[in-house]
Amino acid sequence: MPTIDIAKDGVRELNQRLQSLAVNTNETSWEAINPHGAHAVAVGLMAPILVEIKGHVGYYCAGMNKEATVIVEGHASQGVGENIMSGMVRVKGNASMATGASGHGGMVVVEGDTSSRCGISMKGVDIVVGGSVGHMSGFMAQAGNLVICGDAGADLGDSIYEAVIYVGGDVKNLGSDCIEKDMTPEHVAKLTELLDRAEIKADVTKFRRFGSARKLYNFKIDNAAAY
Amino acid sequence: MSVDPRSLRPSATFSETTIAEIQRAAREGLYEIRGFGGKRNLPSFDDLVFLGASVSRYPLEGYRERCDTNVMLGTRFAKKPIELKIPITIAGMSFGALGANAKTALGTAAAEMGTSTTTGDGGMTNEEREASKLLVYQVLPSRYGLNPDDLRRADAIEVVIGQGAKPGGGGMLLGLKITERIAGMRTLPEGIDQRSAARHPDWTGPDDLEIKIQELREITNWEKPIYVKIGATRTQFDVPLAVKAGADVIVLDGMQGGTAATQDVFIEHVGIPTLPAVRMAVQALQELDMHRKVQLIVSGGIRSGADVAKALALGADAVSIGTAAMIALNCNAPIYEESYAELGTAPGFCHHCHTGRCPVGVTTQDPELEKRLDPELGARRMRNYLATMVLETQTLARACGKSHVLNLEPEDMVALTVEAAAMAQVPLAGTNWIPGMQDRG
Repeated sequence: MPTIDIAKDGVRELNQRLQSLAVNTNETSWEAINPHGAHAVAVGLMAPILVEIKGHVGYYCAGMNKEATVIVEGHASQGVGENIMSGMVRVKGNASMATGASGHGGMVVVEGDTSSRCGISMKGVDIVVGGSVGHMSGFMAQAGNLVICGDAGADLGDSIYEAVIYVGGDVKNLGSDCIEKDMTPEHVAKLTELLDRAEIKADVTKFRRFGSARKLYNFKIDNAAAY
Repeated sequence: MSVDPRSLRPSATFSETTIAEIQRAAREGLYEIRGFGGKRNLPSFDDLVFLGASVSRYPLEGYRERCDTNVMLGTRFAKKPIELKIPITIAGMSFGALGANAKTALGTAAAEMGTSTTTGDGGMTNEEREASKLLVYQVLPSRYGLNPDDLRRADAIEVVIGQGAKPGGGGMLLGLKITERIAGMRTLPEGIDQRSAARHPDWTGPDDLEIKIQELREITNWEKPIYVKIGATRTQFDVPLAVKAGADVIVLDGMQGGTAATQDVFIEHVGIPTLPAVRMAVQALQELDMHRKVQLIVSGGIRSGADVAKALALGADAVSIGTAAMIALNCNAPIYEESYAELGTAPGFCHHCHTGRCPVGVTTQDPELEKRLDPELGARRMRNYLATMVLETQTLARACGKSHVLNLEPEDMVALTVEAAAMAQVPLAGTNWIPGMQDRG
């Protein structure tokens, strides 16, 4: 397995080597050591490779990922997996704000907790958080699924569109236009599939589902107090 | 009893338009959302004039002696800076706000003239990529349609923080314009009002912006020039912060800048005019010794070669046009007048871009209305307009003795009003007086 020492070789060297791999490369497993909180680690990857990062990363780790599987064996700062298109990003520790922000596809898994705005503006990505999330998570979430095994902070799903939120613990309060919806067998099956894919163990019977009331989709003055 | 019209004294405070707006608000209970841009009278480049050459300076010969117009953008960090043949670019306007024919016309004309055009909220379409030789890809707060493939096939990247018509505001593409294709590009249901966020989802503040720019550079192999677009407000602070964050190019949009759909109160009452904003930005760059190292593109109410020349003389490297480009494509032209009437307006007054019922087929997704803009003819008109502006700019530069339009300088101009003298920091005509500065000898 090729190993890149980020502290020694730099983020530029890491990204350049990983981005230059052909889609059918034989070098499918990579290791990056000593990230020491560096930003933009393993961003813009395009090949179906595995990248294991041994340590904590800074902002935007695995940003705009396509096809690759990126595993952070540590904590991640802001915007991990932002705008992910496909593939998988897994954080074995905790993550800061805006996890999976505006992600279009693929999956982001945080085994620990995430800070605020997890899944903000998500556009099709599936996000699974083993722990709890901070306030304003799922803000303006357009599509995809946000699974929170622990608790959700204030204003969950504010101004949500067509994304679906599953919460296993407590919800401090819901944001504007976000409501609780029935957990149908179809949603239980979907949640089970998401947890299985994320390799996160949780009791699906404890989860509740949240989504859009669709009352703010077209501006009406009588709804002004909701904004 | 007949009314003597001379006795009808209108109120300056409550004019006819103000009375109409109060009564409309009372009737509908909603602020006015509209397109186009500011309509109020503002200090502008019209308040400056050039001091043509005479005994103390000599001019260049029109039509004979060269006056170059090329500009390099992105020379600070990008491996592949871009060269424009003319210092006039096409501003960001989304596919959604504009129809496909309009985008194609703009791209084709820009490519033929050797300049760039810009995507908008909603992402990049194949049509505009194919039509545009140089295409700037906007990264906006909404992130609609944003993807790494389009980042890489762009020629430059523009991180949009704000725009002159609504600095500090997000956007709203009304459901009327949301066709199946537009909805698909934005991952939202058809027919809903599509809110574009006011802040980026994964960063706030200049320190975060620096890291975001680093990420974009890493994803694009440090090849693309990175622009940062700001609406003109606290320009003296925003420009240094954008420089510190690592921008190659700053795009500064004054309050005359256009919009597809924004609250009227926002358009008319937020931001500062382009005239003072240019001077403030240039001063900030000079204080950092970054003038010409970080290039400055100015937009907001640019209409003619005179405006271009004045912006360049104040220190801009290029300008950008949006509303004027739409007008070149026939926006507000006196044709299809019955369609204007259906919208309750008339040619010359229309600002109904937000409705999607553009009478001339520019800001619409309606296939029948779009047919009113032939992309080839539109491209021809746009090319003519750009060429005219370039000739006008060169004419003024030659008159000031400049062999390159970027050699124009503030000393080539004076102001016609005290306000313009203070804002542009050039002397009031016939004096050495620059309000706020000591007399210069």
